Amino acid sequence: MSEKVCCCGCNKDQQFTELAPVLDKYAAVPGSLITILQKAQDIYGYLSIDAINYISEATGIKPAKIYGVATFYSQFRLKPVGKYLIMLCKGTACHVNGADIIEEAISEHLGIKDGETTKDGLFTLNNVACLGCCSLAPVMMVKSADDDETYGNLTKDSVVQVLDEIRARG
Amino acid sequence: MKVIIGQGSCGVATGAKKTAAEFEKQIAEKNLDAVVDITGCVGTCYLEPIVDVYDDNGEMTRYVKVQPDKVAEIVDNHLANGKAVTDMAISEEDQQFIEKQERVVLRNCGIINPENIEEYIAVDGYKAIEKVVTSMTPEEVIEEIKISGLRGRGGAGFPTWFKWNACRQSPGTEKYMVCNADEGDPGAFMDRSVLEGDPHSLLEGMAIAGYAMGASEGVIYCRAEYPLAIHRLEIAMAQAREKGFLGKNLFGSGFDFDIRIKAGAGAFVCGEETALIASLEGERGMPRLKPPFPAAKGYWQKPTDINNVETLANVPWILYNGGAAFGAMGTEKSKGTKVFALAGKIKKGGLVEVPMGLPLKDVIYGIGGGIKDDKEFKAVQMGGPSGGCIPAHLIDTPVDYENITKTGAIVGSGGMIVMDETTCMVDMARYFLDFTRKESCGKCNYCRIGTKRMLEILERITNGEGKDGDIELLEELALKIKDGSLCGLGQTAPNPVLTTIKYFRNEYEDHIYKKKCTAKSCKALIRFDITDACKGCTLCSKKCPVGAISGEVKGMHVIDQDKCVKCGRCLESCKFNAITVE
Repeated sequence: MSEKVCCCGCNKDQQFTELAPVLDKYAAVPGSLITILQKAQDIYGYLSIDAINYISEATGIKPAKIYGVATFYSQFRLKPVGKYLIMLCKGTACHVNGADIIEEAISEHLGIKDGETTKDGLFTLNNVACLGCCSLAPVMMVKSADDDETYGNLTKDSVVQVLDEIRARG
Repeated sequence: MKVIIGQGSCGVATGAKKTAAEFEKQIAEKNLDAVVDITGCVGTCYLEPIVDVYDDNGEMTRYVKVQPDKVAEIVDNHLANGKAVTDMAISEEDQQFIEKQERVVLRNCGIINPENIEEYIAVDGYKAIEKVVTSMTPEEVIEEIKISGLRGRGGAGFPTWFKWNACRQSPGTEKYMVCNADEGDPGAFMDRSVLEGDPHSLLEGMAIAGYAMGASEGVIYCRAEYPLAIHRLEIAMAQAREKGFLGKNLFGSGFDFDIRIKAGAGAFVCGEETALIASLEGERGMPRLKPPFPAAKGYWQKPTDINNVETLANVPWILYNGGAAFGAMGTEKSKGTKVFALAGKIKKGGLVEVPMGLPLKDVIYGIGGGIKDDKEFKAVQMGGPSGGCIPAHLIDTPVDYENITKTGAIVGSGGMIVMDETTCMVDMARYFLDFTRKESCGKCNYCRIGTKRMLEILERITNGEGKDGDIELLEELALKIKDGSLCGLGQTAPNPVLTTIKYFRNEYEDHIYKKKCTAKSCKALIRFDITDACKGCTLCSKKCPVGAISGEVKGMHVIDQDKCVKCGRCLESCKFNAITVE
């Protein structure tokens, strides 16, 4: 591709400037695809089709293969996420201690289901396999750009309180 | 004085960072001579945040559940005036939780600062690797591990020396020592605790393993869900390199060994060796046919050995204290200790390390303190999605590889989820099938489609639409999936269903034929009613999210069964025990 101009008129190379140093470091190292995708997601919050194509050009790995890897692992997201990513633990201990009830409370309070984002773009709800804080079950981790915070021993009321506190923070 | 605050993920989740910040603030404000430091998880997760205060003469007082508002009392009394606040200290009973254990893997967790290599060195850290590379041949190291009887702690229980030896015997000079830190079993968190609380013991164990099998490169495949573990490993690796414990020419022996971390991306199947290797190579983590085994052709087609975190954390202890000392613990075929993650409906949840062969009862009641709210013990789930449920009447079963396997469950990575009378066993089976169905990589038809069909049947049963013949169909499918799957995931996926049918067939029958869930947990099979104990306080109708409850003030209320979503809020809110569940 000689014309590096995106359909929206912007310059594609510029669009991925933060990713360029990552690709400089890893593009030629075999077996680095997952690492590259992780870094790309860290930077942009998700893997857009444009990002996948850009990585493909830099590494020579076909977009279909990158897409295959990105959809295989639960960590990768192909859609943008909210400012706060709620990772609700659905591990065994959490299940036994009522994680489904917590999920209902979150869904009811925010009006979103697993995998969805609130209209204001503040929260995304993701069910995850196990956060490894089993003795504090039920547990959720709220990820944002600045911090990961874990909340344990959740109840229907405490989870709503936590969400309201975060929402107040904006 | 020294104030040490447990900051594993569990501690942080209960507010340990805020507690630490409060200590630092108050110590500075009051100008006291005390330092605040961190440590890993001591295992008593139910008591977090845990704060250890060391007097100048080295005496330690352990405070539990120290939220920021309790800090002032400790600072003013203990730090300022040397008077311990005894009513906030750990109780004798809780102290027993730790004292009844025998700690090899967790020997340093909750004691040393994981971010300071000097503290690891002070407890004889890196002495084993020094001894190994300067005075032992690789064959002698493998022999010592053979004497110890160490078996893989990740699930399968394969003899560790055998894997090392196979890798050593494989021709070639380029070999890899891989650590499987992809602790994917929901309900197991011992590896996380070691990674966060004692990362150097893993690095040392890997270096020893590398020396024994002739590998000079180590890779840690760590779950992305464990950011703190990765962070602490990176610190530990940098410190070890600076000291010359990793890198070129270790202890002047000519042996080179270095380690790097690869973060996993969330796939349970990557716990399987060949899938893990595919993932390391940047591919979809799908297992392949064995042989060739990784010991012959693994990472980049080179001889590769893969061991679990807990297995490797045992290694420095074994080489330092001798294989015989390790072998003296445990049973004839299951040597040493094992860490169990006790969780679920248990009074004292946390990490428990005991010699193999201890009866289940001693773990659950002796150490774990029994069932939460003194309810009735129903079963314990062991081995995660590959394991099974062990019923109450088998509570005297010794916890070792052979005896647990006989029950239909497996020791697995050591998750123990305790269940009481309110846990529905059909729902548990449904939960695990939902997990394995999602995590199946899709390569084998039986695993990909079979688990989905089993899940559909189980969903039907828990929704009150079970049919005659469902149990038999589940059993038939289960055996076919076991036979028709390539890797451990599919071969063991039906275990939770098979063990619950074996021990709790009556619950399945109740669901199917009587449309009844005895645990009162399957929503489709229960109903809420208000009895004449109702005083008409109206609280339940205010709490009901769907407006299904009606009634006059001071008059008996009624639930509209068509509107009721069975959320249970009315039951929780009622102060007069006027709401029943059937």
